[in-house]
Amino acid sequence: MKVFKLIFKNALRHKLRTVLTVIGIAIAVMAFALLRTVVTAWYVGVEASAANRLITRQAVSFIFPLPYAYRDQISKIPGVDQVTFANWFQGVYIDKNQFFARMAVDAETMFDMYPEFVVDPAELEAFKRERNACIVGTGLVKQYGFKIGDVINIDGDIYPGTWAFVVRGIYKPRDKTTDPTQMLFHWQYLDERMRQEDASRSGQVGWYIIRINDPAQSAVVSEQVDALFKNSRAETKTETERAFQQGFLAAAGTIIGSMNFMSFVIIGIIMLVVGNTMIMSARERTSEYAVFKTLGFSAGHMVGLILGESMFISVLGGGLGLALAVPFVAGFEAVVPKGWFPVFMIEPITIVLAGSSAILVGILAALFPIQRTLRTSIVDGLRHIG
Amino acid sequence: MDPIIRVHSVSKSYWRDSFEIPVLNNISFDVPGGEFLALMGPSGSGKTTLLNLIAGIDRPDKGSLHVAGTDIATLNESRLAKWRSTHIGFIFQFYNLIPVLTAYENVELPLLLTSLSKQERRRHVETALTVVGLQDRMRHYPKQLSGGQEQRVAIARAITTDPTLLVADEPTGDLDKRSADEILTLLDRLNKEFKKTIVMVTHDPRAAEKAHVVRHLDKGEFSQN
Ligand SMILES: Nc1ncnc2c1ncn2[C@@H]1O[C@H](COP(=O)(O)OP(=O)(O)O)[C@@H](O)[C@H]1O
Ligand SMILES: [Mg+2]
Repeated sequence: MKVFKLIFKNALRHKLRTVLTVIGIAIAVMAFALLRTVVTAWYVGVEASAANRLITRQAVSFIFPLPYAYRDQISKIPGVDQVTFANWFQGVYIDKNQFFARMAVDAETMFDMYPEFVVDPAELEAFKRERNACIVGTGLVKQYGFKIGDVINIDGDIYPGTWAFVVRGIYKPRDKTTDPTQMLFHWQYLDERMRQEDASRSGQVGWYIIRINDPAQSAVVSEQVDALFKNSRAETKTETERAFQQGFLAAAGTIIGSMNFMSFVIIGIIMLVVGNTMIMSARERTSEYAVFKTLGFSAGHMVGLILGESMFISVLGGGLGLALAVPFVAGFEAVVPKGWFPVFMIEPITIVLAGSSAILVGILAALFPIQRTLRTSIVDGLRHIG
Repeated sequence: MDPIIRVHSVSKSYWRDSFEIPVLNNISFDVPGGEFLALMGPSGSGKTTLLNLIAGIDRPDKGSLHVAGTDIATLNESRLAKWRSTHIGFIFQFYNLIPVLTAYENVELPLLLTSLSKQERRRHVETALTVVGLQDRMRHYPKQLSGGQEQRVAIARAITTDPTLLVADEPTGDLDKRSADEILTLLDRLNKEFKKTIVMVTHDPRAAEKAHVVRHLDKGEFSQN
């Protein structure tokens, strides 16, 4: 309709001002999308955790191991469906900047417990049969070009020595929240070498993962596990995988919290930018709006005109910002060291938040000019010089 | 025939801080249909205020205003807006065209409030612009027109809805003599040919010559002579 044309013409009246405002919004939306993406990337592990899995670790610290013997004892607790375990191996691949998760796992049970790591059955069988085999994620395949039969050489640090693993399988992440950059190999292989090289470190497990029959029983089962090893040499702390992940993130929580906060400060800044533009426009057009009213245009028409212009500018800026956020976030991902954020993408919720913020900004920025325009009488508006 | 405008005992003051500025003091007069009335008087005598009251863009403190058959002092804002859109054509001293709209679009503006179709609006706009002699300037923006041309577009905007009454506040006040003459001739034609009732505020004695009736306002009251 005609009104849209007028809104459009009004918005482009001061082209430079409108362009600068739109760019301002676009930059802010881009920054918002990036911050939100970093925040969600941090929490992705928590989101991905299954409700029916518990993690048992050494009560004092995650870095102390637990005896392998606990495995059987835990298995016997009522409500426990299956138990598996893993050790953090780390080591250096090529150089210290090549950071991805390398873990020793129980080959028999690990992939059964983590269905989000999807492995071809034939490859899984090949992996299980070979002592020094490993399975890598598609993310690592993409990054390093690993293929079946390749040998990965790693310099041990936590577990000293040189280590060689043969790639026997490649897992695909079930969905976007699954980390595709892990390398998993036989715990038995690690343990065997430890028995030969440093017997005091054999028979040790980093943490246990327990699958329970009923997620509602997680607290009860956790208590039973920890009670079992109370007053032993290695007391345990058992919690849901989710709680475990959250605890893991707690250290970074303050930074992430402030990034979260900043992302909303940015929304506030956009609001000021658009609000300022709208207030300036409305002030300059005081006498014009009075003319509209003289001609018989109603309060509703004036609201439509001002709100429409405000929305036009903020939605244009928001759309542009979101469109630019995609390459911007991809660029950011390319420059941060690999492995910091195994899963890094703009979440739909970020798009929804940015989009609705743009709309909200459009509405709020129009409120003051609308109120001013409606409150100014025609006579005062016509007398206004500006 | 009933008068088109009946102003009865109208008073109006403005307030600046807590000082009352009396502007109109118990004014009464009638304007019959088809009249061309000029309101004259020194600056600050209340001419614009009286015109604004008649045009329904301001309200009296006291008294009654019957214009085009309606007691407009009693209408609420939205009814008054609707009333203005059908009965009043307003011509300002500084034209007050919308700068981002072409001459055509400016004239079409009041028609957007009617139920006319696009084709009907086009016919009205073209007719109005032809009456003011600017049919070849339809696509021009206000800043591409001279002052006299801008005021003619403003007059076209005022007549395009075929209102009952034209009100003009110093329509020649910002124009050179030649353009002013053109505008006055045009208003005269609108009055004679199209039978428009016109109330015009002016400083200019030559403008007042075109009118049938001249009323002098001084300190908020009509003076004799
Ligand atoms: N909106 C207003 N607020 C305050 N004072 C006003 C307002 N409009 C007019 N006045 C005052 O009322 C008086 C008459 O004004 P006006 O009707 O514009 O006179 P004129 O048009 O005859 O020059 C002047 O003193 C003017 O300052
Ligand atoms: Mg005046």
